[in-house]
Amino acid sequence: MYAVEMVNIVKRFPGVLANDHVTLRVKKGSIHAIVGENGAGKSTLMNQLYGLYHPDEGEIFIDGKKVVIKGPRDAIKEGIGMVHQHFMLVDTLTVAENVVLGSEPKKGLNFDLKRARKEVMELSEKYGLTVDVDAKVEDISVGMQQRVEIIKTLYRGANIIILDEPTAVLTPQEVEELFAIMRKLKSDGKTILFISHKLHEVMEISDRVTVMRLGKVTGELETSQTNPKEIARYMVGRDVVLTVTKEFHEPKDTVFEVKNLVVKDNRGLVAVNDVSFEVKRGEIVGIAGVAGNGQTELVEAITGLRKIESGHMYFEGKDVTGFTPRQLREQGMAHIPEDRLKHGLIKEFEAYYNVILGGHYKTLFTNGPFLNHNKIFEYTKQLMEEFDVRPRRIEHLGGNFSGGNQQKLVVGREINTNPKFLVVAQPTRGLDVGAIEFIHKQILKMRERDVGILLISMELEEIFSLSDRILVMYEGEIMGEVRPEETTVEEVGMMMTGHRLEEARRG
Amino acid sequence: MNKKVMAILVPVISVLIALAISTIVIILIGKNPIDAYSALIRGSFGSKQAIADTVIKTTPLILTGLAVGFGFRAGVFNIGAEGQMVMGALIAATFASNFGSLPPLIAIPLTMLIAMLVGAGYAAIAGFLKAKTGAHEVVTTIMLNSIAGNFASYMVNGPLKVSSGTPKSPEIADSAQLPVLMKVGAIEMSAGIIIAIIAAIIMYILLNKSTAGYEIKAVGFNPYAAEYGGISVSKNVVLAMAISGALAGLAGATELMGVHHRFLGELSGGKGFDGISIALIGQNNPIGIIFAAFLIGSLRTGSNEMQFIGVPKHMVMIIQGIVIFLVAADRIVRTILIRKRVAK
Ligand SMILES: Nc1ncnc2c1ncn2[C@@H]1O[C@H](COP(=O)(O)OP(=O)(O)OP(=O)(O)O)[C@@H](O)[C@H]1O
Ligand SMILES: [Mg+2]
Repeated sequence: MYAVEMVNIVKRFPGVLANDHVTLRVKKGSIHAIVGENGAGKSTLMNQLYGLYHPDEGEIFIDGKKVVIKGPRDAIKEGIGMVHQHFMLVDTLTVAENVVLGSEPKKGLNFDLKRARKEVMELSEKYGLTVDVDAKVEDISVGMQQRVEIIKTLYRGANIIILDEPTAVLTPQEVEELFAIMRKLKSDGKTILFISHKLHEVMEISDRVTVMRLGKVTGELETSQTNPKEIARYMVGRDVVLTVTKEFHEPKDTVFEVKNLVVKDNRGLVAVNDVSFEVKRGEIVGIAGVAGNGQTELVEAITGLRKIESGHMYFEGKDVTGFTPRQLREQGMAHIPEDRLKHGLIKEFEAYYNVILGGHYKTLFTNGPFLNHNKIFEYTKQLMEEFDVRPRRIEHLGGNFSGGNQQKLVVGREINTNPKFLVVAQPTRGLDVGAIEFIHKQILKMRERDVGILLISMELEEIFSLSDRILVMYEGEIMGEVRPEETTVEEVGMMMTGHRLEEARRG
Repeated sequence: MNKKVMAILVPVISVLIALAISTIVIILIGKNPIDAYSALIRGSFGSKQAIADTVIKTTPLILTGLAVGFGFRAGVFNIGAEGQMVMGALIAATFASNFGSLPPLIAIPLTMLIAMLVGAGYAAIAGFLKAKTGAHEVVTTIMLNSIAGNFASYMVNGPLKVSSGTPKSPEIADSAQLPVLMKVGAIEMSAGIIIAIIAAIIMYILLNKSTAGYEIKAVGFNPYAAEYGGISVSKNVVLAMAISGALAGLAGATELMGVHHRFLGELSGGKGFDGISIALIGQNNPIGIIFAAFLIGSLRTGSNEMQFIGVPKHMVMIIQGIVIFLVAADRIVRTILIRKRVAK
């Protein structure tokens, strides 16, 4: 019995065939993974199941019954729920209010908060979805926000739950928690559609895997009878090597330095507490840490987006404390931001306007007070070619690229500014293996060109394979500095949970 | 569907739906819709005089539409076009009544410039408050509107007062009046329309071709990304408000220099607020705004003729209201379009 059958789905966008006769069958009560390179059409397919897009051709069956899903409302009626990669919660409302929003329990004409809280707590307990019902969404962690989204789908009676790249924003610990929840949901008879770029996750949690490539289904596999290598081959059409090798490279003089930096978060609490470090030319300094320990605020302060309470920053020895983002860029700083949809891209701008952001006023792109569109178009074409951004349409809107291709656009733009110092936050979030390899190579190439690089990542693997030195951050402070070849994941893990290096070494 | 096609389709379909609904209303009140619409068209285009009248009504609407539309593109909602128009015209009138000794070649641009600068400065107050304190421009511009209204009525009842009767300021110098393009009977159609169209073209170029326009749009779409890209959000909010206010001030100038030749209470007469509807119908696009202003201008001019054959002139308010409702709620129109496609 299939819970979901999507038969011969075709979906076209201007210049792109996003789904090309895709057929997907998902058994009731199973966890079904969908994998594929960036832009393969996974989100598009799921968005059609959830009624956000409408197929140009093809049919959808839910529990064997043919359905036409005109919008999310229809999807919810059919018992389908979706958790998007970018959460759609109201920051200023509480968890309970968010869950019931749109289908609030009423007492007479009034909103029945008590019942809402009770129902949310029941769901939360039943599936181990730990949440704080009375906390405001803006104050809870990303992992908890995701659990709120899941509870929301369950509250609306979902039997089929779509999770679009749920693990991309989670810490390894949170991923384990999510998997435990998914297993509970499954044992309760729910059907789960799971999108991820991490094949080891797919191997661990799924029953079956559908592999997509360039809009088509290239393989459907029983998870227990396959392996990551085989899946990757279906994904890219060839064998992939998953390792980048780092050559030895002698760091030069210091290019960037912070001294006793103190920065506050949005709530006015100290988020970065007396942090000092330096980055040399040709060196990658990695900052490891569990999300929410001040990394975001540190990056924003360094790049001029957040006020510095006290302390100093130096660029090539010059005091640049309090410089604006433009002044810092003029010094030779570039920044690949952690949230590409908030800071990195303007969704409404075409690719060609997005790739000039930050340098848009330079003579390279202008003609007196006017933009030189010919030059901009030419530049964009080259950049998209060089960084393999797909689709190769310079007029494609930023918001219409797949997640991975948005990232390539941002990475390409920043690398192309020829910086002396590059701040890179979560550079491979949501990228497929091929793209990760590509971006890691780009970062290493920058290092060889003697660019100083500050790398912030929640992926320990990424930190270990790229960094020359690793700083571990916990509650706004640096717990210690280690070299990847002289430490272990366990040691860094200890520091990430608040043990200073000396303590961690003592064990 | 293509976004650009949508941007044209939504207002056009909204107008068609509005006409259909008002046809039903006309039938319900027992009149012949064909007669009513031909009277409407006769009233707005049927004679030279009608055409001149339509153009005169359209001119300030283009400019206030541009003012509000420009603000929208930069992510600010300038409800204060009315007040900026009043202030621009009032101050320009005060100066221009003394421009008798200047040749038109200087007096005309100078008067326009004064009105624009005053409008810009007045709007920039709201921009500055938003950038510095976060005070929302909708609230502050509404407050500035009432300050402007009261200030103007004090001026024309006090310091600037001439004779008795309707409170008004002295007439501006001949040399500061806009040249007349067409004169039919008592109706003089000034060169104001040319100024309005040039303003639309400049706004188009500014938004689509210039670096400044790029920055303003970036701030309007995503202030976080703009800031990340080294674009000052506060500077651009103030700038956008100022440009928007300059356009509203210019609307005041064309009314002053081309129509009334002095400042009086009805000079603005809600045209600043009309700008909001027109920007909406024109989808904040300069060319769209010209068409939208023309639509509203001709409906209003033609409505008198319709009144003669017994259809209340408020009919055009109904049409206008429905168009605005549909365009503002463009999801409804889009949904109709999409449903049709799904059904196919
Ligand atoms: N609204 C849209 N308009 C135009 N093109 C779109 C739109 N949405 C998606 N596309 C295009 O369709 C293709 C498939 O995109 P989709 O988002 O489904 O990829 P994906 O498999 O989810 O990739 P990723 O792993 O990077 O998230 C891409 O080429 C994308 O640019
Ligand atoms: Mg996707």
